Amino acid sequence: MRLINLHPDRGTRLVLGLAPFGALMLAYLIGSAVRLAANPADKLLPALTTLAASIERLAFLPDPRTGDILLWADTLASLARLGWGLGLATGGALAIGLAVAVLPLARAALSPLVAFVSMVPPLALLPILFILLGLGEVSKVALIVIGVMPVMTRDLALAAHALPREQIVKAETLSASTWLIAIRVVLPQILPRLIDSLRLQLGPAFLFLIAAEAISADAGLGYRIFLVRRYLAMDVIFPYVAWITLLAVLLDIGLTGLRRRLFPWSELRA
Amino acid sequence: MSRLEIRNLWKEYGQQIVLENISLTIAPRAFVALVGPSGCGKTTFLRLLLGQEVPTRGEILLDGQPLPREPGPDRGVVYQRYSVFPHMTVLGNVMAGPEMKTARFLGRRFGAARRAIAEEARAMLAEVGLAGAEDKYPAQLSGGMQQRLALAQALMMKPRVLLLDEPFGALDPGIRSDIHRLMQRLWNETPMTVVMVTHDLKEAFTLATRIIAFERRRDRPEERDRYGASVGSDIAVWPPRSAGGPTIWTSDYLPDRDDPILWGPTTGTTRPQGA
Repeated sequence: MRLINLHPDRGTRLVLGLAPFGALMLAYLIGSAVRLAANPADKLLPALTTLAASIERLAFLPDPRTGDILLWADTLASLARLGWGLGLATGGALAIGLAVAVLPLARAALSPLVAFVSMVPPLALLPILFILLGLGEVSKVALIVIGVMPVMTRDLALAAHALPREQIVKAETLSASTWLIAIRVVLPQILPRLIDSLRLQLGPAFLFLIAAEAISADAGLGYRIFLVRRYLAMDVIFPYVAWITLLAVLLDIGLTGLRRRLFPWSELRA
Repeated sequence: MSRLEIRNLWKEYGQQIVLENISLTIAPRAFVALVGPSGCGKTTFLRLLLGQEVPTRGEILLDGQPLPREPGPDRGVVYQRYSVFPHMTVLGNVMAGPEMKTARFLGRRFGAARRAIAEEARAMLAEVGLAGAEDKYPAQLSGGMQQRLALAQALMMKPRVLLLDEPFGALDPGIRSDIHRLMQRLWNETPMTVVMVTHDLKEAFTLATRIIAFERRRDRPEERDRYGASVGSDIAVWPPRSAGGPTIWTSDYLPDRDDPILWGPTTGTTRPQGA
């Protein structure tokens, strides 16, 4: 039988899917054991017990200086920034994307600007944002918005533009006004795309968040990682990176579930 | 009623002439089939009737009034594809027209008004044979059922003119003859004029009262840009059909070319009268 016709069953698929994770884990354990055998004070690949102790200290015990539980305080601060940034970016992208897709006049006026702005490297704007908006929350949220919104806007405008012209004409023959075409024909059909677009932008959003926090913050997941970097505290950095990844994965799964639940038709193929 | 008058209609795209000096009068309640080879401007003509495109020269009158320059509820349309909204259920698709017509801000009605529209929509769905499919999405329907849905959706607006762009072209033969029967019934029962673009001559002769063939009179490669299509032949289908009237399928007698009944009351007779 040819390899291309060999399909794994459920159990095999599970095992195959988990195997790379197991292999990575094993590689880490071996590497860690080898390094610690050579030098018990090695900080690069801490042992599982060290990691567990750090996780307990960060996630379950209050910090002796501030009295906060660090992991939660950092997570809350970061998610608040991320939420504001993604929320504003999504709202803005939806409004501009819809206008650009539905109104030829808005398309003529806005799409060159959006195309131009989406090419600006957002991190290069970070100093400007810090200078203009100060070192507080506003500049971090602004960085996420600037980094994420133009891409989402273009994506939405493309998705809306790809709707068959026939549907728009059909809506006109059903007496719909421009406004009704926008909210009853175009908007519902680009919302699933909006959610997918948001999922794809989670990665960049975290990137901008951590970059902004690394430079100036007093709490946050990125702040913590860059703070303990000077002490080579891998026992803190590894759990934080794993936690950030887990958060992003959970958000991704949650958004997919949301799309399926809200727009069951988006799973169907015509 | 819904008489369409097309006067000296030209359609050009830049240098290319697509339609050339077309003049037609389409009687109220006629069922006109537009036939012709690919690229001869049938669909362009339909788009002009729809208002999706604007004539370069000439005018189109609907009951003596110039056609608005954009599509509107007086002209319904069914395309071969993309005629229904994939994000609305079957019932939602049929309710969309009346809802958007009466709720100009939200496009949705609530309470009693909504129930009334839903009632009307269910009746229309039953009419086209889609009772029981109200809660499905179009993607869950077969091609034939999607076209039935598109017809129901268009007819909810009670259009004066129904425009069909190869509506049944993608269906397989059995389904197609079913939907032909439905189309005939709808045309008979609904006060509207129908204009249908089709590739299928048999379909044209099955359904239409009049067949208009578009044709390029000059079709050499070097002429193709500068000469558009015009009406090649204009055939009244025999035996004549009239909307709501009997057809050879429903009447008791089979007419033929010499049947005097079809020519209305006769003034004289050769039959001996009286005693």
